[in-house]
Amino acid sequence: MEKNNPKGYLYLLPAFLFLGIFLVYPLMDVFVYSFQENYNFASQTYTGVGIYNFRYVLRDPFFLQALKNTFLLVIITVPLSTGLALLISLCLSSIEKLRDFFQTVFFLPYVTNTLAVGLVFMILFKKTPYSDGFMNLLLNAFGFASVDFLSGPYWAKMLVLCLYTVWIVMPFKILILTSALASVSQQYHNAARVDGASRGRIFWRITLPMISPSLFYLVITGFIGAFKAYSDAVALFGIDLNAAGMNTIVGFVYDMLYGRSGGYPSYASAAAVILFAIVLTITCINLLVSKKHVHYI
Amino acid sequence: MDYEQIEKNARRRKCLRDILLGLVLCSWAVIVLFPFYWMLLTSVKSYGSYNSEFIPRLFTLSPTLENYGSAFSQVPLGRYFLNTLVFTVITTALMLFVTVLAAFAFSRLRFRGRDLIFTAFLSLMMIPTELVVITNFVTVTDLNLRNSFLGLILPSVTSVFYIYLLKENFSQIPDELYYAAKVDGTSDFKYLWKVMIPICQPTIVTITILKVIECWNSFVWPRLITDDQNYFLVSVGIQEIRENGFGRENIPAMMAAVVVISLPLIALFLLFRKKIMAGVARGGTKG
Repeated sequence: MEKNNPKGYLYLLPAFLFLGIFLVYPLMDVFVYSFQENYNFASQTYTGVGIYNFRYVLRDPFFLQALKNTFLLVIITVPLSTGLALLISLCLSSIEKLRDFFQTVFFLPYVTNTLAVGLVFMILFKKTPYSDGFMNLLLNAFGFASVDFLSGPYWAKMLVLCLYTVWIVMPFKILILTSALASVSQQYHNAARVDGASRGRIFWRITLPMISPSLFYLVITGFIGAFKAYSDAVALFGIDLNAAGMNTIVGFVYDMLYGRSGGYPSYASAAAVILFAIVLTITCINLLVSKKHVHYI
Repeated sequence: MDYEQIEKNARRRKCLRDILLGLVLCSWAVIVLFPFYWMLLTSVKSYGSYNSEFIPRLFTLSPTLENYGSAFSQVPLGRYFLNTLVFTVITTALMLFVTVLAAFAFSRLRFRGRDLIFTAFLSLMMIPTELVVITNFVTVTDLNLRNSFLGLILPSVTSVFYIYLLKENFSQIPDELYYAAKVDGTSDFKYLWKVMIPICQPTIVTITILKVIECWNSFVWPRLITDDQNYFLVSVGIQEIRENGFGRENIPAMMAAVVVISLPLIALFLLFRKKIMAGVARGGTKG
C-alpha cells in the first residue's frame, strides 16, 4: 500500500472544518476572553489584560450561591445515585424472570426530555392556592405538614433538585452496572461458595473488586455530569434561576452570556474556566484515588 | 439438626430474599413510572376538574382529549415539533457524513501524521461543551445566524466520540477485502460505500439513534441562539409554554404538550430497545 495517500486529508476535511471552527478555536478563544478586561460586546474592544474577570466573578454573590448549590448537588447526588444504582443492579442480576421488563422500565428516564419531564416533577411538588400537590398529600398521609417545595425553604428546593437529578441519572448507572455484573464470571462465585464464603464476603471480596472499574467510571462521569447540572434546575425552577436562588455554575455562565443579566462574555468565560479547573482537579483526585482501589484485570 | 430442617430454613431464607428483591425492584419501577402516569393522567383531566381538586385524584373517570387540541391550537406546538424534526434530521445526516468520512480516513487510508492527528482528535473528547459555547455564541451572533437553522445546526454537528466508535469498527474489517477490491479496480469511495458501510451498519444505526436522542433533547444551545418562536425546538418551546403559554395555570394543557413531546423518543426506544441500550452502554453520557 502506498505510504502517503493525500486523499486522506480530503476525507478528513469536513471533520477538520467543523471541529476547528466550533471546538478548537472556541477553546482557545475562551481563555483569551477570560483575560480581556472590560470587553465590550458591541464594539469588540477591551481595555487591558489581566485577572480582573476572575476576581469579579469570585466576588459575585450569585456565583458564590451557584458554587454552593452545585457542590451540594454533587456531594449529595453522586454517592446516592451510585449506591442506589448498585443496589438495584444487584437485585436485577439475581432475578431471571421479568429482568428484561425491569431493565426496560428503568431505562425510560434516559430517553425523556429533561425539560419536559421536569415539568411533571414541578407539578408533583408544587404548592398552589388551589392544591398542595401530590407530594404534600403523601407527606400529610404520613402525618407531616405541607412544605412549599418550589418556592419555600432552601433545603426543600435542594431536595427536589437532588431527587430529580438522581431520577434522571439512574438509567445510565443501572445499565453500566448491570452489564458489569453480568460480565463477572460465575466461576469465581462458585469457587468461593465451595470454600464456604458467605454472601457478604463474596460481594466485598469478589463482586465489588471485579466491577470496580465500572463503578469508578460512573463516579467520574457522575462528578462531571453533576458539576454541569443546568437543564434540570431550569425545568424545576424556571429560566430565572438567580431569582429562585437555585442557580448552578453552568447556569451562571449562560446567564452572564445571554438573557436578562447577559452580555458579559468575559465574565461568562472566566466562570467557565473556573468550572473547568474545578472539574479537572476533581477528576485528577479521582484518578489518584482509583490507583489504589480499582482493580483492572 | 436433621437434613430436612436445614433445607426448610434455606428455602425460607431464599423466599425472604426474593420478596426483598422484588420489593426493591418494584418500588423503583413505581418511582420511575409514576411521573409518566401522572403526566398522562393530568393531560386527560379537564381544566375545570383539575383545578377543583384540592386533593389531587389518582385516576379520572371522565377523560377528555380537549387538552391535546389546545396544546396544538393555543401554542405553536406543531411548529416546535416540525423545527425539531428538521433540526434532528439535518444534524444527524451531517454528522453521519462527517463521521463516516473521517472514520474511513483514519481506519483505511495511510497518510503522513495520521496517528498523531487521531490522538489529537481523541484529546478533543475531553473538552466540555460549556467551555466552547461562549465563543460559538459570539461567532454565530457575528455571522448573523441567530434565529436560523444554520446557526442551530452547524455547532451541533461534530461528535468526536462517534468518529472514534466508527473507526474502531471499521478497523475490524480485514485488509484482504480492501486489496481484493483494489485488484478489481474499485475506487476508495466505492469500497467505503459498497463494503464498509454495509458491514458496519449496526454501529452506524447505533450512533444515528444516539445522535437523534441528543438532538431531540438539546436545550442549552437552542435556548441561547433562538428567541424567535418560529425557530424554537421542543425543549425551548416547552420552557416557553411553562413561562408564558396557556394563560396562567392551565396545567392539563401543559401536560398534554409534555406527553406529545415525550412520545416520539419513547416510541423510538421501545422499537430499538436492545440497540439503544447497547449503544448507550458503549458510549452514552448523561449523568
